[in-house]
Amino acid sequence: MIRQRWLRAALGAALAGASGIATGEAAAAEYVRIPGADFTSVLPQGATPDSSATTTLSSFELRSTPVTRGEFRTFLASHPRWRRGQAPMVFADAAYLADGPSVEDPPATDDADRRPVTGVSWFAAQAFCESEAARLPTWLEWEYAAAADETRRDARADPAWRQRILSWYERPASRRPPPVGGAANAYGVHDLNDLVWEWVDDFNALFIAGDSRTQGDPDRLKFCGAGAISIVDRDNFAVLMRIALLSSLGASESTSSLGFRCARTLAGTL
Amino acid sequence: MGFRMISTTPARACIALGLAGLFAAVPPAQAAEAHPGDFGPPRGEPIHAVLTSPPNVPPPIHRSYPAKVIVDLEVVEQEKQISEGVSYTFWTFGGTTPGSFIRVRQGDTVEFHLKNNPGNKMAHNIDLHGVTGPGGGAASSFTAPGHESQFTFKALNEGVYVYHCATAPVGMHIANGMYGLILVEPPQGMPKVDHEYYVMQGDFYTTGKYREKGNQGFDMEKAIDERPTYVLFNGSEGSLTGDKALKAKVNETVRLFVGNGGPNLVSSFHVIGAIFDEVRFEGGTNVQKNVQTTLIPAGGAAIAKFRTHVPGSYVLVDHSIFRAFNKGALAILKVDGPEDKTIYSGKELDSVYLGDRSRPNLNAVTTATASAEHGTLTLQEQIKAGEQLFTGTCSVCHQATGAGIPGVFPPLAKSDYLATDLHRTIAIPLRGLTGKVTVNGVEYNSVMPPMSQLNDDEVANILTFVLNSWGNPGGRISADDVKQVRAQPAQAAVAPAH
Repeated sequence: MIRQRWLRAALGAALAGASGIATGEAAAAEYVRIPGADFTSVLPQGATPDSSATTTLSSFELRSTPVTRGEFRTFLASHPRWRRGQAPMVFADAAYLADGPSVEDPPATDDADRRPVTGVSWFAAQAFCESEAARLPTWLEWEYAAAADETRRDARADPAWRQRILSWYERPASRRPPPVGGAANAYGVHDLNDLVWEWVDDFNALFIAGDSRTQGDPDRLKFCGAGAISIVDRDNFAVLMRIALLSSLGASESTSSLGFRCARTLAGTL
Repeated sequence: MGFRMISTTPARACIALGLAGLFAAVPPAQAAEAHPGDFGPPRGEPIHAVLTSPPNVPPPIHRSYPAKVIVDLEVVEQEKQISEGVSYTFWTFGGTTPGSFIRVRQGDTVEFHLKNNPGNKMAHNIDLHGVTGPGGGAASSFTAPGHESQFTFKALNEGVYVYHCATAPVGMHIANGMYGLILVEPPQGMPKVDHEYYVMQGDFYTTGKYREKGNQGFDMEKAIDERPTYVLFNGSEGSLTGDKALKAKVNETVRLFVGNGGPNLVSSFHVIGAIFDEVRFEGGTNVQKNVQTTLIPAGGAAIAKFRTHVPGSYVLVDHSIFRAFNKGALAILKVDGPEDKTIYSGKELDSVYLGDRSRPNLNAVTTATASAEHGTLTLQEQIKAGEQLFTGTCSVCHQATGAGIPGVFPPLAKSDYLATDLHRTIAIPLRGLTGKVTVNGVEYNSVMPPMSQLNDDEVANILTFVLNSWGNPGGRISADDVKQVRAQPAQAAVAPAH
C-alpha cells in the first residue's frame, strides 16, 4: 500500500517536473531542511496539556514556497480526478478552485502562475503533496517554521514580528496575492506569515486537548475570551487568528485566501 | 408524602413544606411560564427583517403576534475611510460600522443567517446580547469565508442590545468595527416619535497618529494599552457632520439608539445644548428623566429621547471631551425651524469683559468715595467714577455707547425715558424694571433685575455719568437722592411710563 502510494507520488512528481519544463516553469519544488529542536507552541502540549510544556520536534523538510497556481495546474493535468467539477463533492465543495487554475487556461502572460494557489480543499492539498512524495505539515511544524524571521529562528517575542503578521491580516483578501518568493526566513523558507493561509495536516485537531477537563468543550476558541483560556502566549493573537481560521473550516472546504505547502518526514526520524 | 409529614414534629414539617413549595415553583412542566417574554410559537408567514445602515433605524413594528423573523447579515471586510485621507480595513456586519440595525418584536423567533463573504480573509461569528444561549449565538455561528451559518433564537427580553463578532481575538474583531445594535421592541411597540436615529461609538487603534494620511493598520499594542487613535461615532470622522448630519425640526421628538461597541472605552454620551427628557439607561427598562449625560458601557446601549425646542446645530459628543475634539467623537444634529427667543435668545451681546483686570482702573471710584466721605465730591469725580462703574455693571446690556440693543435692551443715549422723571430713573437700578416701556418711541418688553449690589454712592455716580453722556441733558444725582428713593415704597417708584 505504502509502496503503491510512493510510486504514484513519484510518478506525479516526475510528470510535474516534465510539464513544468514544457511551460517554462521553474524546476521542481525546493524543500528546505528544518532542524528539530525544543519548541513551545501557543497551544498547550503534552500528555496532560500544560501551558508551559515544551515539545521536541524532529527535523523535517518544508517546501520553501507555497504551491503555486502553475504547479497546481500541472498537477491537475496529470490528476484529472482533482479538476474542478470532477473531484467528488465530499472531497471538494462548490468553492473548490472557483478562481482557477484550470487545465484549459491559456498560458499565463503575467505572473499569475507564480501566485499561490488558493481555493483548494484539504483533501486536494493532501493529494498534491502525495504527488510530490510529501505530506501536509503538522500545525507544530508549521508554527515552528513560521516563528522565524529573516535572522532569528524564534522571533516571536519581537512585537515587530507580530505586527507584520497583523498587517497581512489587515490587507483585504480581495486584493490579488503577489507571487510566491517573498523574503526568506532564517531557514530559507518563504511566505509563511504574509501571503496566504495554509492548510496543516492536523487542522481538524487543533482544539482537541488530551485533558478530559477541556475535551468536552470544543467551542472554547470560538467565542469571546474563551480562546484565551487555553492559549499559552496570550499576546500572540496573531497566531491564534490563524488557528481560528483553520478551525472554522471542514476538509472539503476552502477560501480564496487559503493555500498550502507540503512537508516531508526525514528518513530515520519517525 | 403528606401522611409522613404529619407524623413529624411541627418544626420539621414546616421545613419540609417549605422545601416542597420550593420545588413546586420550578417544575419542568411549567417551563413556558418560566419565560415571560415567550408569547408562544411563531404565527403567520415568516418575515424578512428590514435591516438598515446607520444612522437609519428600521420602521416600527406594528404587529400584534409573535412571528418568525429571518435575518440575513453578511460579513464584509473592506478598506474604507476612517478620516479625511485616511483609510482603514474595517470588518463589518452588512458593509457598515456599526453594522446593520436589526429590529424585532419581543417573543419573535429569529432565524439568523450569518454569511461570510467569499472574498473575506477571516472567519467570523456573532454574539448578540439579545440572545439567551451560549455565547449569544457565537457558539453556533462560527463561519469561514464563503460560508453561511444559521441558528434560531427567541427574543425573550425587550430592550436594545449590542451585537458583535466574538471570534478570537475578540478585541481585534471589535476594534475593526464588528458591532451593531438589535432592538427587541416590547409587544405594544414604542411610543411614536418624529425621528429615530442609530448612533454607535467605537474606539480605533491605528499604527499612525490621529489623522496621519494613507492606509493605517491596526495597532495591537495601542489596543492592549487602551490608547485609541480615534474615538468615533458611526465608524468614521465626519460620518454625522455636514451633509450627513442628523436632522430634525423644532418641536419634534427624537429618539436616539446609542450603542457603544468599545472595545475599550466607556462613553459619557452627551448632546451639547439638549437635555434628554427620557433615557432608558443601559438599554434596560427603567427610565431616567432629565438627563444631561448618560454613561454607555462598552458592549452596552441606551435609548435617549428628547424634544427639540430651538433651531441650531447640536453636537453629540463623548463628554470625556478630548475624545470629541482630538479623536473624532463628534456628530451633529441639525434642528431647523423658527427661533423661540423665550427659550433661547441666541447671542445677544458680544462685548469686552474685563473681569479682574478692570480693578486697577477703578481708581476713580476710590477717589470719589474718599471725596464723598470728606464732603468734597465734584461733578467730574462723580462722572468719572460713574463711567468706570457703568463699564463694569451696565455696559453688558446697555452697551458702552449707551445705545442698548434694538428691541432687547433700551438705549440710555438721548433717552427721553430717563430725562422725563428722575425719581423713576433712580428707581430702575434699585428695583429693576420689568414689562413694557416706550423709549424714544420704541416699545421694549424685557427684564432688568435690581442692581442690589450697588450702594447709594455708586448708583448716584452711575446715573450722573449717564445723564452727562451721549447727548443726555446733564444733571447731577446725589447719594441722598438715591437714599430717598430707596426708602420709598416700591410701587410708586416704578409706575409705568405713559
